[in-house]
Amino acid sequence: MSKNTLYGIFDCELVLLAAVKEIRANKIEIKEVYSPFPIHGLDKALGLKETRMAITAFIYGCIGLSLAALMIYNIMIIDWPQNIGGKPNFTFYHNMPAFIPIMFECTVLFAAHLMSITYLIRNGLYPGGVSDSPDARTTDDKFLMEIEVEGDLAALKDMLTKTGATEINEKDA
Amino acid sequence: MHKESEIREPLILGSKSYHDITKDIAFPVEGKANKYWWILFSLSLVLFLWGVVSMAYTIGTGIGAWGLNKTVNWAWDITNFVWWIGIGHAGTLISAVLLLFRQKWRMSINRSAEAMTIFGVAQAALFPLIHMGRPWLAYYVLPIPNQFGSLWVNFNSPLLWDVFAISTYFSVSVVFWYIGLIPDFAMLRDRFDAKVSPMKKQLYSFLSFGWSGKAKHWQRFEEVSLVLAGLATPLVFSVHSIVSMDFATSIIPGWHTTIFPPYFVLGALFSGFAMVETLLIIMRKVVNMEAYITIKHIEYMNIIILLTGSLVGTAYITELFMSWYSGVEFEQYAFLNRATGPYWWAYAIMMTCNVLTPQLYWFSSIRKSFIATFILSIFVNIGMWFERFVIIVTSLHRDYLPSAWTMFSPTFIDIGIYLGTIGFFFVLFLLYARTFPVIAQAELKSIVKSSGSEYKNKK
Repeated sequence: MSKNTLYGIFDCELVLLAAVKEIRANKIEIKEVYSPFPIHGLDKALGLKETRMAITAFIYGCIGLSLAALMIYNIMIIDWPQNIGGKPNFTFYHNMPAFIPIMFECTVLFAAHLMSITYLIRNGLYPGGVSDSPDARTTDDKFLMEIEVEGDLAALKDMLTKTGATEINEKDA
Repeated sequence: MHKESEIREPLILGSKSYHDITKDIAFPVEGKANKYWWILFSLSLVLFLWGVVSMAYTIGTGIGAWGLNKTVNWAWDITNFVWWIGIGHAGTLISAVLLLFRQKWRMSINRSAEAMTIFGVAQAALFPLIHMGRPWLAYYVLPIPNQFGSLWVNFNSPLLWDVFAISTYFSVSVVFWYIGLIPDFAMLRDRFDAKVSPMKKQLYSFLSFGWSGKAKHWQRFEEVSLVLAGLATPLVFSVHSIVSMDFATSIIPGWHTTIFPPYFVLGALFSGFAMVETLLIIMRKVVNMEAYITIKHIEYMNIIILLTGSLVGTAYITELFMSWYSGVEFEQYAFLNRATGPYWWAYAIMMTCNVLTPQLYWFSSIRKSFIATFILSIFVNIGMWFERFVIIVTSLHRDYLPSAWTMFSPTFIDIGIYLGTIGFFFVLFLLYARTFPVIAQAELKSIVKSSGSEYKNKK
């Protein structure tokens, strides 16, 4: 039997949130929710895992810090040590107070940029990318719930209407 | 959902549905520019062209085209540089620090404040570039392997810290801004019909990176915004601290003080908020954003200006005290000369515009008036420019040998470059106001039902 896709469209994020909870309580899988703005608690209601973006930022920051320290150590201590204003240049450790600003900046530089690139890649966003939202109104004022069904369409439609969907569209596979 | 006290004044006026917000934010992009936009744009373009000519002349003949002399060897260039960097501080403060403090009022103003930051920092970056004399050798400031020895950049030097700080600040601000812009560009993309305006549709499709607003994407979006805010907050403070170290690590009397980093950061926030007000008070009229940028937003910013202005005033007085208390006669003379020497008028302008006039914000009628705020914000912009001028020029113009004492007078080229950057800044900002979603509409929609006036009255 072919799969049908149902699009329940909602006008209000609170109604949508309640509907998501209700529909999931009935053991129906929601494929995706499209919304014009972030809705607090929706990720939990949909059972999404916590995102690991912050962890990646921490790792990238550590990489940035290490690379900066390595670069400065090589340039200022190993390759061409110079006496500048009497600052100690025999060991990295003694000269480090003067290096902290750049080590900090590199940490932030790496963490921010690499995390943002990771974010774009994970979301499949790239310049000129094509939106796969089934309804263009989801960037304006509508909230869309996408459900794939096999079998009883009418019951699901009833449930969507009952939970507050203002419009139900259907797509045949 | 976010709950808010009923006593709090609404942040969005009138009865606005989600669709109304979409329409209002898309209005300047969809509509035609009005007369005032064209007048402002032409004026800015003329200033910008004067700046381009002055910069070209400087690069062609060398920085002898400026009013610098052997004694005053750093003047308007660095004054303008610090002034623009300072202005560039409010944007990230509004979007990052206020995000961490969960201040909802930032949502109507953060987009434009960040745009101001990026355009301001871009102006600032022009000055060291021109000052190099041979800007095509600008890559010398980067630690790139080369065949001169290898001759490396000096990581002990605050000037190199500045290179790293400003380039990091600029690029991270752009990224932060753009991550927030993607969903709003998607909103604009979906408003344009491919048949009616194919160019705009294509442009915004390209810019919106294929954003569709999936639940998982929004979840990541919020986390990324929060982490970027957490990274940008110490970054803001580090940038102007490092700018101040360009001066503070030298041994010139008047510069060699430990108070400089906090004093510069406060001054930067102070001038940045003033510039945000100057821009937004005009912008809310020109692009019809009166319902979103309200007197409440202006009042909040005025309170920050009052606070930072008073702290800057405290720093001025602390500096005077410390110079007397140091017992160093060079130090004492530097400050005596600032206040009573030939540049007393610059010192007086600085004191008046930065310390005295912002005190008027103690009166709620002034704090809650667009006209008074606009005038006072211009005062602050002027005052903060003079602060940098006073710090830089008065510390240099009377150095250790009285035979070398002199004055600084700017040339036509100096003035051209300064006004040129103002023109360039406004050209960028005016173009931005017509092509970008000037308010972070996705975020704004999430607070309509808690902070919108219609919903507040219903309760």
